[in-house]
Parts: sequence; C-alpha cells; structure tokens
Amino acid sequence: MKYKASRITLFLMVIPFILLVFVFNYIPLFGWVYAFYDYKPGIPLSQTEFVGLKFFKWAIEEREDLFRVLTNTLALSLLSILASPLSVIFAILLNELRSKKFQKLVQTLTTLPNFISWIIVYSLAFFMFSSGGLVNEVLMRLGWIDEPTTVLGNAAATWWFQTAITIWKSLGWGAIIYLAAIAGIDQELYDAAKVDGAGRFQRIMAITVPGVMPTFFVLLLLNIASVLSNGASGFEQNFVFYNSLVADKIEALDYYVYRVGITTGEISFGTAIGIAKSLISILLLFLMNALSKKVRGHSVF
Amino acid sequence: MKKDSTLAFDVFNYAVQIIFTILCVYPFYYILIYSFSDPQEALKGVFLIPEGFTLVNYSTIFKLDNMFHSFLISVLRTVIGTLLTIACCSWFAYAVTKNELYLRKTVYRFLVITMYFNAGLIPWYITMKELGLKNNFMLYILPGAVVAYYVVLLKTFIEQLPQALEESAMIDGAGYFKIFTNVIFPLSMPIIATIAVFASVGQWNTWYDNYFLVSNDNLQTLQLILYNYLTDAQRIVSSSNMNDLNRGLASKISPDSIRITITMVVTLPVMLVYPFLQRFFVKGLMLGAIKG
Repeated sequence: MKYKASRITLFLMVIPFILLVFVFNYIPLFGWVYAFYDYKPGIPLSQTEFVGLKFFKWAIEEREDLFRVLTNTLALSLLSILASPLSVIFAILLNELRSKKFQKLVQTLTTLPNFISWIIVYSLAFFMFSSGGLVNEVLMRLGWIDEPTTVLGNAAATWWFQTAITIWKSLGWGAIIYLAAIAGIDQELYDAAKVDGAGRFQRIMAITVPGVMPTFFVLLLLNIASVLSNGASGFEQNFVFYNSLVADKIEALDYYVYRVGITTGEISFGTAIGIAKSLISILLLFLMNALSKKVRGHSVF
Repeated sequence: MKKDSTLAFDVFNYAVQIIFTILCVYPFYYILIYSFSDPQEALKGVFLIPEGFTLVNYSTIFKLDNMFHSFLISVLRTVIGTLLTIACCSWFAYAVTKNELYLRKTVYRFLVITMYFNAGLIPWYITMKELGLKNNFMLYILPGAVVAYYVVLLKTFIEQLPQALEESAMIDGAGYFKIFTNVIFPLSMPIIATIAVFASVGQWNTWYDNYFLVSNDNLQTLQLILYNYLTDAQRIVSSSNMNDLNRGLASKISPDSIRITITMVVTLPVMLVYPFLQRFFVKGLMLGAIKG
C-alpha cells in the first residue's frame, strides 16, 4: 500500500516537468497549422481562409529566392563539414604534446571562443576586420595594402570567412570530445606497438586515428543530418554577420524564414518553409541513423 | 634519423598550438587593452599594451542609459535561470532512472524527441506570444527549465551511482524526494557543475528571445544592448555625446571605445568563470557523453 502511494507521488512529481516540455516543445508544433491558412497578423485564425498547400506551392514558385538561399545553406554547411576533421587533427596534436601543463593551457585558451555569444564574436570580428579595424591598420602600416579592405562586406569571401569564424569558435571545443576518445584508448596498444618498433607517426596512424574514428563518424552523421540548419548556431551567426553587401551570399534558410515570416509578416509562407525544413531534417536524421546502424552496427540514438 | 623526424614533429606541433592559441586569445586581449586605453590615443592604434591607461571608458559606459539595469537583468536571468534548470533537470533525470516510475520509457522518449525536433522560429514566436511571455521576465527562464540534453547527461551519470546507497536510505525510511535531495543530488556534483557551466553561459549569451519578444526597456539584456550599440552608430554618437556634455568630456570618447568597452564587460564574466570550471565540465562530459 505504502509502496503504491510512493509510486504515485513519484509520478505526480514528474508531471510539472512533462507539462513544461509539452508547453515549450510540443505546443509550438500546433503553430504549423498557420501554414495551411491565409493568416494575417491580427486576424484570428478562425476568421482566416483555409488554403491547403497553397504556400508550399508558392515556395516552389519562388524557386529563385529559395534556390539562392539553399545554395548558401548547403555551401556553408558543407564547408564546415569539410572542416570537421580539423578538430580530430587538433586533438591528436594536443595529445602528442609532451608537457601536460602546456596541453591544459592550450585546451583552456582555445575553448574560450566556444563560450562567447555570437554577438561578441561579431563584435570581435568587427574590431579585427572592419575598414578601420586592426588587420587593415597593420597591413597598411606594413605597406602591404594601400586601401582598407573589409572582409565583412565582401560577398565573394563570405562563405570562406564564415567558415573560418566557425572554425575559430568551435575547433578547441570540438577537440575535447576527441581527446576524451583518445584517453579511452587502451594504453597497452601503444606499448605493444612500441615494442614492435612502430614510430610515432605509425602509432598515431595505426592506433590513435582508428581509435577516434567511431566518435568522428557519429558526429559527422549528426552534422549531415543538420545541414539545413547550418549546425546548432546557424541562425545566430547568420543574423549577426548579415549586411546588405553580403546578403546574397550569406542568407541561409533560417534567416530567410525569419525575414519573410517576421520582418515582412508573411507568417504562413514562412511557416510553410520552416515545416519543409524540419521534415527534411528529420528525414536526413533517420537516414543517417540507418546508415550508422548498417555501417557500425549500432544507431546514433 | 628517426629521432630527427620526431623532433621536427614536436617543433611543428608546438608551433601550430602556439599560433592557434594566439589566434584564439588575441582578440580578447585586444579589447582588454583597448578598453583601458585613452580613446584618442587608441584611435592611432593599440597592439600590445594600453595606450595612455585610463578608466574613463568604463566610467562612461556605466553612465549610459540602461547599461547598469541591463547588466542586472542579465545577472538575474543567469542566476535564476541556471538554478531553475538545475533543479528541474536533475529531479526529472532522477525520476526517469526509477523503474517504479509509471510510463518511464514513454516519458523519457517524449523528452528525448525534443532534442531532434523543433517547430521552427515562427511557431515558437507565436506560441510565446500567446502564452503571454512577451515582455515578461519568465520568457528568459521558463522555456529553458527542462533541457533534454542536460537530462540525458544527468540520467547517464545517476545510473552509474551505486544502487546500494539508495537502497539503504530507503530501508531507513526515506522517500524518493528525500533520497534525491540527501543522496543523489550531492553525489551528482561533478555532472551538476558541468550543467551549471553550460546553463549559465547559455543564459548569459542568449539574446534572440529578448530580440524577438521583449520591447520593454526595463527587460533588455546586456547582449542586446551590445548588439544595438554595434549596429546603431547614430545612437552611439548621440548617446555618448550626451554623456560627454554632461560631464565635460566632449572630445575624449570615441564610439569605438564605447563599443569595445561594452564588449569587454559582456565578455568578462564568461572569461572569469569558465577557466575555473573547465576541469569540472571536461570531466563531466567524459563521464556523461561518450556513449555513442
């Protein structure tokens, strides 16, 4: 009797948290109905017209805009996926440092950028790279350039510059998980390899690299599943670095949804695109999970 | 022969580490020395040490409208939000480790799905508005109270605690809540510290909820104030001029000094706190995360 009562208390005490999750993560899903109505802000949904898939068709008709935005999204995502082995290389290099103190110091200092907001990243980039910024100042003094150039307003360099910023912000942090994976490798393997006469490079290539591959593979799959979001911070990065000079090259899907949906008030159209994006992302996630199951024998989640 | 290649590798390795570390640290160092430089001297260039050391930038920005108030709002949201997140996530995580919990698997899945799925910006925006969170401090703390990722980390940690401790507490007559507060929570400190770092840094850094849903000046966070100063050159000039006039410093302040000093103030808490907590979260992450 007492046992049953305490089980009920246990369950009752979980209910508030279930409600929180429901309210903040599931209720917004009901907002998807806006995509099927001709909704205008200020008019209640009950008085607006049901238009079915009109806005999804509209999205296909607007293909020029969408094509440009998708190109940017995929370009930015693919570049950062291509850069992802850098974290592995950095972790291996860190692991090879002989001084543990120095290793710790480098690790601490290089993870710092991960912990600052995108607004601060933008602020730092502004003071480094704007026309009156430090980089121009130094280059002009050295006489390497006559006119200040600014990469922040350079459309041709945008994809590369944004990728570089992403690498700067996330490389040190990304290495932590690989360092953990390396720490988990059986030390005896290294000793055995040493006895067999394997050099340092051979040990890295034959033991460390295969040791971190499973972790790399899982993270890679998760990255591929979120290509349409440009990773976790896609929107914020997009938002802070957006300006009219680079608009054509930087605007990615999430920013496009924000621009049409919130700044121009096309709530229904923006929602429709958001839904399409979510569905494709989920599809990709399941695909990648299935792939992981097939290749590695167990799933990502 | 072999020894040489190893030495070359070490040199290369140290060089790479040092260069990348400098790249990561120098921008922060630059804003630090610039913020302590005399604004007029700084315009001529600052590289390694402050030019004409002064505190005038700091005394100026704290006299700007809203600066101190938004600092308080940011601190409040960080402290309250973090405490709430820790309380909610840890209790939730403990409950889902109990086989006795009705619908345990369903409840856990219901939560984990939210890691991979979200409704998108516009439905989120509309929902928050309908819930009355527009211009409401609760907007900053309630939606992030339960975070699936934290619950997963906590649950993984709690599951590997020795079962016997809990059983003996139960024999002594303790209920679930008492076991949680007196046994599980204190034992989970490594992972709680990890989550405290993540949650507090996250709270301190978040600005989009403020940007989209808060127009009330009394609820602005420091991040957004910084963003406004960065994007709105006109406002900087007019607002700092006003302060200059009031204080007879007309020629001393430059917009860049103001922007850079605000950046420094917004960054400083993160810079101060995280190196000390890093050892916790590196350990905590290793304990919790690598099950993939």
